[in-house]
Amino acid sequence: MDISVAPKEKVTPARSWFRSDATQRLLAFGALIILIIFFSAASPNFLQFNNLVGILLATAVNGVLALGVTFVIITGGIDLSIGTVMTFSAVMTGVFITFWGLPVPVGLVGGILTGALAGVINGTIIAKMKIPPFISTLGMMYVAKGLSLVISGLKPIYFNDTPEFRPITMGSALGSVFPNVEFLQIPNAVFILFGAAIIASLILTKTILGRYTFALGSNEEATRLSGVNVDRWKIAVYTLCGTFAGLGGVMMASRLNSAQPALGQGYELDAIAAVVIGGTSLSGGEGTIQGTIIGAFVMSVLVNGLRILSVPQEWQTVVTGGIIIVAVYLDILRRRKG
Amino acid sequence: MSELLVVMEGIEKSFPGVHALSQSRFELRPGEVHALVGENGAGKSTMMKILAGVYSKDAGRILLKGREVDIPNPRAAQHLGISMIHQELNLMPHLTIAQNIFIGREPRRGVKFVLDDAAINAQTRQFLDMLHLNLDPRTKVADLTVAKQQMVEIAKALSFNAEVLIMDEPTAALTESEIDELFRIIRKLRDQGVGIVYITHRLEELFTISDRVTVMRDGQYVGTVKTSDTTRDEVIRMMVGRTIYETAPDILERPEQDIVLEVKNLNRGRVLKNVNFYLKRGEILGFAGLMGAGRTEVARAIIAADPVDSIEVYVQGKRAHIHTPSDAVRYGIGYLSEDRKRYGLTLGMDVETNIVLASFRKFLGALGVVKRSKTRATAEHFVKMLAIRTPSLQQKVKNLSGGNQQKLVIAKWLTADTDILIFDEPTRGIDVGAKSEIYKLLNDLAHQGKSIIMISSELPEILRMSHRIIVMCEGRITGELSAAEATQEKIMTYATQRGGIIQTTESAPTLSQVGTA
Ligand SMILES: Nc1ncnc2c1ncn2[C@@H]1O[C@H](COP(=O)(O)OP(=O)(O)OP(=O)(O)O)[C@@H](O)[C@H]1O
Ligand SMILES: [Mg+2]
Repeated sequence: MDISVAPKEKVTPARSWFRSDATQRLLAFGALIILIIFFSAASPNFLQFNNLVGILLATAVNGVLALGVTFVIITGGIDLSIGTVMTFSAVMTGVFITFWGLPVPVGLVGGILTGALAGVINGTIIAKMKIPPFISTLGMMYVAKGLSLVISGLKPIYFNDTPEFRPITMGSALGSVFPNVEFLQIPNAVFILFGAAIIASLILTKTILGRYTFALGSNEEATRLSGVNVDRWKIAVYTLCGTFAGLGGVMMASRLNSAQPALGQGYELDAIAAVVIGGTSLSGGEGTIQGTIIGAFVMSVLVNGLRILSVPQEWQTVVTGGIIIVAVYLDILRRRKG
Repeated sequence: MSELLVVMEGIEKSFPGVHALSQSRFELRPGEVHALVGENGAGKSTMMKILAGVYSKDAGRILLKGREVDIPNPRAAQHLGISMIHQELNLMPHLTIAQNIFIGREPRRGVKFVLDDAAINAQTRQFLDMLHLNLDPRTKVADLTVAKQQMVEIAKALSFNAEVLIMDEPTAALTESEIDELFRIIRKLRDQGVGIVYITHRLEELFTISDRVTVMRDGQYVGTVKTSDTTRDEVIRMMVGRTIYETAPDILERPEQDIVLEVKNLNRGRVLKNVNFYLKRGEILGFAGLMGAGRTEVARAIIAADPVDSIEVYVQGKRAHIHTPSDAVRYGIGYLSEDRKRYGLTLGMDVETNIVLASFRKFLGALGVVKRSKTRATAEHFVKMLAIRTPSLQQKVKNLSGGNQQKLVIAKWLTADTDILIFDEPTRGIDVGAKSEIYKLLNDLAHQGKSIIMISSELPEILRMSHRIIVMCEGRITGELSAAEATQEKIMTYATQRGGIIQTTESAPTLSQVGTA
């Protein structure tokens, strides 16, 4: 951020429309709509029900990871470990259910808690040992990756003995109530994503944890001087982020009906990209859950649409990168104005 | 004598390389306003931060109502009824006024984790009303002027209902009417039995508001006197340990006639309207006006720090195309920001780097390597010249006292050696001795042919230093006075000459700092 030329206080009380939070969501939302219109016009397959379900499913895991890291980014931090922590949680779920034969619900909770534990460790290292988030979570990224490989013995763990595991995300509770209505056959994963988003949004806007998330990112020293136990809340934020990564891991395992120990690295960057496209500032202090969800959809619509248009994989990656830069630049322009 | 509320004695505090406090002491009675004064870096803020739990003391005792207490962190201080308004603003700009005031002790609804924003908004409105502040508690702090932010800090400190209230230079950014409001509140609290510690460099304020004065020098306790028994000169003598000459160096030498800077047709929305003026070589041009009159905005427009609707800048008679602040430096225009912490300094870097930062190019040798010996010599020179109190050139700037940071900003722009210098509130937060040093310096610079724009809210300072005075009101230039004809009354008349402009929702500004020197 360009500190030296940051505009001084507003003299006019009304914030210009370009700057307002509502508009920010509108901008990202507008971009999403434009992408959808573009791809629908370019290919008749895009709006097919199956394709739309594909997009929703593809967004589910990345979206859940992005929800968690939104909190961390609003505090002005970063969490690079969520991708491999997700994998580690999936592997541990496999250990609990397939290796140890624990009941599925216990395995699910265990998987999510695995992510939470990684978050506690991240938060403690950052808050107590004062190691910058970038470094400590980078370390955790490798640790989680390595542990996944060690524990799984480099091989995928399958959930073949527990047929009820896969439908947790891939089944459709809604669809089974209305078996004859095609457009209601939406997989549970999508509802899990939206449920998680609603919870995340409530935490961020209505609870004390959300308030301190913004306060930490806005001015950590002032927060400390106000008598807030900054370390404790920082740990809480990273724990929350880890919990979402754990949830993502369980969802991933269920969807693939297996824990794939080699998967995961790179997911953290997709999640961070979604958050940033959604208008959350990497310098901390501002951000919304709605924005993150929209950002996650921008990413998956883009990938899906380009694939439908038969754009080669390599070029999809190039375009995605360009879109991220454009999205963030628009956001910077928005901030500079007004 | 009433029972003592706070006694601090034998206080020791060292930072790496700095013995900030040695055998220092302080006492506070209930129902008194106790002023704490001393030069920049004397240890006033450090002493009070120890009382507020921000720093821990190395040695010494703190007694609260006769009982020895341990204050390990700000939260503990709050529980003991001690609250502090810090010298530097300590707010969370992204949060609302109400959220800032209640940070750390939010009322919850039902379940333990759910916030009750309706409650904090309602309570905040009461605190704001108490201060006669017409602000919406839901306004984001980032959208307030610096003065209003300071008032929010004050409201926050009041909301603790503390028995010990510490104010570290609370008036540095306030307008006169806000200062009156603050004094009214302080007297009210005092009458309720609150003990108030009041740190300031504006010695006049002592005599308006304080009951007793304690002076510190070089981290040591010098003495405590009853305000009614002392004089301004006596306090100054205790502060600096010698007599200093406060009378201005008489300037008023005619500047040359050639114009070095001309600004035409400057417009920016409702903030600036048709501003035109020029600056001559060797001239000190004072910019007077109320807080919020648009003086800082003019400076920022010239160096292209803010977008404007229209502006024409001519440097040495030629049209200058300034699109970024670094363009301005290339045209020889330096701007010393009023908000040093945000725009003026790189706080995490050392003293030497900050001094040479704006003019690195001058210190490059072959292959672009920085010549350390040269940067060191320059930094040493300015540290000596401005009497900047620092243990070494390698000290991080954030560890300097507030006033010494301000001096550093000045050193930085003197190194850049620009021909046109814009000083925005150059003496804010600076002690008496250093103030007269800075006046002398401005004068010398003008003698050397540099041209200076001095924005100041202290009228006596403007009157004493300027060859010519421009007065602004609500974004327009409403008057121009030569040094000979200027008086406080004339400036005030121009400064309140509204041009039938639509009022913003901010309460009408009033003339600040009349009668201070
Ligand atoms: N965190 C810190 N680390 C190192 N040195 C410090 C720190 N805080 C203060 N100091 C040093 O301690 C001394 C006293 O500083 P302090 O801020 O108490 O001065 P002050 O009397 O408040 O001055 P001013 O009027 O300029 O605000 C100074 O020399 C300062 O450089
Ligand atoms: Mg101080």
